[in-house]
Amino acid sequence: MNYFPDEVLEHVFDFITSHKDRNSVSLVCKSWYKIERCSRQRVFIGNCYSISPERLIARFPGLKSLTLKGKPHFADFNLVPHDWGGFVYPWIKALAKSRIGLEELRLKRMVVSDESLELLSKSFVNFKSLVLVSCEGFTTDGLAAIAANCRFLRELDLQENEVDDHRGHWLSCFPESCTSLISLNFACLRGEVNLGALERLVSRSPNLKSLRLNRAVPLDTLQKLLMRAPQLVDLGIGSYVHDPFSEVYNKLKIAIQRCKSIRSLSGFLEVAPHCMSAIYPICGNLTFLNLSYAPGLHGNKLMKLIQHCRKLQRLWILDCIGDKGLGVVALTCKELQELRVFPSDPFGAGNAAVTEEGLVLVSAGCPKLNSLLYFCQQMTNAALITVAKNCPNFIRFRLCILDPIKPDPVTNQPLDEGFGAIVQSCKGLKRLSLSGLLTDQVFLYIGMYAEQLEMLSIAFAADSDKGMLYVLNGCKKLRKLEIRDCPFGDAALLEDVGKYETMRSLWMSSCEVTLGGCKSVAEKMPSLNVEIIDECEQMEFNLVDKQKVDKMYLYRTLVGHRKDAPEYVLIL
Amino acid sequence: MPPLQLSPINSSKPSYIPIPILIITLSILCLLQQNLFLLYFSPFSSKHQTQKAWLQQTAKKRKQLEKEAMGVGLKMTMKGGGGDHVGGCDKEKMGFEETELRLGLPGGGGGGGDGEVVRKRGFSETVDLKLNLSSKQDTSGIDPNDEKVKGLHQEKNLLLSAIDPAKPPAKAQVVGWPPVRSFRKNMLATTTQKSSSEESGEKAALVKVSMDGAPYLRKVDLRMYTSYHQLSDALAKMFSSFTIGNCGSQGMKDFMNESKLMDLLNGSDYVPTYEDKDGDWMLVGDVPWEMFVESCKRLRIMKGTEAIGLAPKAVEKCKKRS
Repeated sequence: MNYFPDEVLEHVFDFITSHKDRNSVSLVCKSWYKIERCSRQRVFIGNCYSISPERLIARFPGLKSLTLKGKPHFADFNLVPHDWGGFVYPWIKALAKSRIGLEELRLKRMVVSDESLELLSKSFVNFKSLVLVSCEGFTTDGLAAIAANCRFLRELDLQENEVDDHRGHWLSCFPESCTSLISLNFACLRGEVNLGALERLVSRSPNLKSLRLNRAVPLDTLQKLLMRAPQLVDLGIGSYVHDPFSEVYNKLKIAIQRCKSIRSLSGFLEVAPHCMSAIYPICGNLTFLNLSYAPGLHGNKLMKLIQHCRKLQRLWILDCIGDKGLGVVALTCKELQELRVFPSDPFGAGNAAVTEEGLVLVSAGCPKLNSLLYFCQQMTNAALITVAKNCPNFIRFRLCILDPIKPDPVTNQPLDEGFGAIVQSCKGLKRLSLSGLLTDQVFLYIGMYAEQLEMLSIAFAADSDKGMLYVLNGCKKLRKLEIRDCPFGDAALLEDVGKYETMRSLWMSSCEVTLGGCKSVAEKMPSLNVEIIDECEQMEFNLVDKQKVDKMYLYRTLVGHRKDAPEYVLIL
Repeated sequence: MPPLQLSPINSSKPSYIPIPILIITLSILCLLQQNLFLLYFSPFSSKHQTQKAWLQQTAKKRKQLEKEAMGVGLKMTMKGGGGDHVGGCDKEKMGFEETELRLGLPGGGGGGGDGEVVRKRGFSETVDLKLNLSSKQDTSGIDPNDEKVKGLHQEKNLLLSAIDPAKPPAKAQVVGWPPVRSFRKNMLATTTQKSSSEESGEKAALVKVSMDGAPYLRKVDLRMYTSYHQLSDALAKMFSSFTIGNCGSQGMKDFMNESKLMDLLNGSDYVPTYEDKDGDWMLVGDVPWEMFVESCKRLRIMKGTEAIGLAPKAVEKCKKRS
């Protein structure tokens, strides 16, 4: 192992880019560990409480790009209180104090304050890329700081964040000398933007490849922007409402035709359906189309648009496309790999427009399908079995039936057999979300067949502890397990506590686990943080072991209990 | 606007309808009438706001009463009331109709007694009846030929969509289900709010239709149709009534029977024109249907000669009307 000088090994390791592989490399021997850690530039931390910033800095002095994830996944669905945690400030503070030359920061489900953004912008001279996904806690003032201070900023990507929009002129804060922008995405901002500043910014950014606008950017500005940036590869349209006979619309048509490189299209936050024909010229080259925020686009207009998109690989759409529309997708998009069908009525009043038929059609027409997120009215075992046969390549399969305990409407049976067929057929399945009426049987299948499964989401399912046991015993590669409203109790929880150390995290809410059970886990496994989230603060008055726990989140960690937990979180 | 006449309706009721149910259903009607009046004629409140307030006020009441009154009671009431209304008012209508806009279909069902409210209802039923276009599903097996009921249900459906007892919102009460990110939920809520407030403004694209020589104008809801053909059918039927009734001016009326009118509309003697958003008079049929619906302000069925411009009067008439 020591035949090669360190520099050679380092050079070899440069070609190893996947985090998992680099982690494995570092375990080989001490010298490889040393070489690897000094040459590592990109680090991914799936749970920000599993390690501390100080230890990160100590191990990887050459760190340039950091990815952090904060809150558990179910925080997306309002199951985790806002101030539970996931603050990025301590990380930025620690990194700023060190000599780390941070260039890229990617955060998901974290709380980001304006203060942290300002500190970030001032502390790292070469900072290039900020990507915030589903974060909250900041305002446009923080964005202004980033714009003003990061001289070499290449990427500012804000995806689905809750931003307090002060309607300040953050866009004008980009200095005239800033010409390095490659990617700018502010589609999630709700307020007005300085359109003139936006136009000037785009004009002086010759490398701009990705531009996603918010609702406040009207069609005439869009037209001007496209004229200045025909090299765009990814476009997010904000407002798409105009009179189809106007001069602006004609200009837009010309501008769009010049943009021959566009491969990805999204947005349409406001849409006038009869203006869609301007888009047809670029549809033929699209590989990604996201219409999931455009409820105004449906029926024939939508189908006509899709018929132009023959090269589509990823499609995100609302369920108002209907089964019929999905049939059109099946006929047209033969290269389709990823399909996401979101509910146009997300408050669940129970009127999804797609059923199992649409899914079957797509599976038959698109054999390359490997990733699915599907909100539907109903599902049958027969349909799932057909889908499993048609598409054995699923890596992600997430099915959400709007009525969470609905059986197969044809046979009135639970959906065990259907999901069983999916896990049996799709040998590479890594992520699975279940819904519908399900018994312990489906978990038996999952434990038996889902060998590559890494993430499993369960809701309103199973009859007994056996369900959870099948999964914990069977899925060797399981990393994240999240359960809500299932009858799993202490017996299942305590069966194999060592397993939790091999996983990133376990979430259980509205199950049958008790405080005593959770305490037991915490005692046996000091390397786990077992958190009880008790918003009603019942625990304070009633610390009885037999008390059922409403929300439990446990995760492995190297740094013990976190210090920033709010009062209602009890760490055992 | 004559108020709702309770006594005549009561007296014509078949005896086996229990009085309490009758009173309850009539009170629903009153409520609806009042609130629809507010909705359509209150200049300072948006449709949505009054709708919301009304919904909140009457939601529970409606739920209970609907269940009771839905089936036979309502139907019988409506039929009885409707019939009487038409019978009573038809004759009156013809008299002082010249200046007032009324729907005086010979087929009945367009009672004018309740004023604007019923007019609106009557209109949509009329169109529906004649052209067989349904906007909302029929609920609980009520006879679709019962025009008033259908109209009432349409109104109800429009206004009750948020709290329709047929779709219990119970499932939506589960926290975090369906698993949709709150960001997405908020985004979609804003978008649908905006688009629905835009749409509801245009929801009924009511435009006046004038025909040269006709004594009074009509109104059509362009959104009820999906093609020019349907519209011309409807217009033909609408204006064909001049031959059946004995109202209106003489002369040209003699030529207007239904089939001839259709031919005329399609032929060169009568030219359907419309005034668009910019105030220009355009020929109907040039632009795609949807574009036409969005831009049409009023319709005028012109005599061919006037359209060509041979009669200088046409130009004046145009200017007067636009």
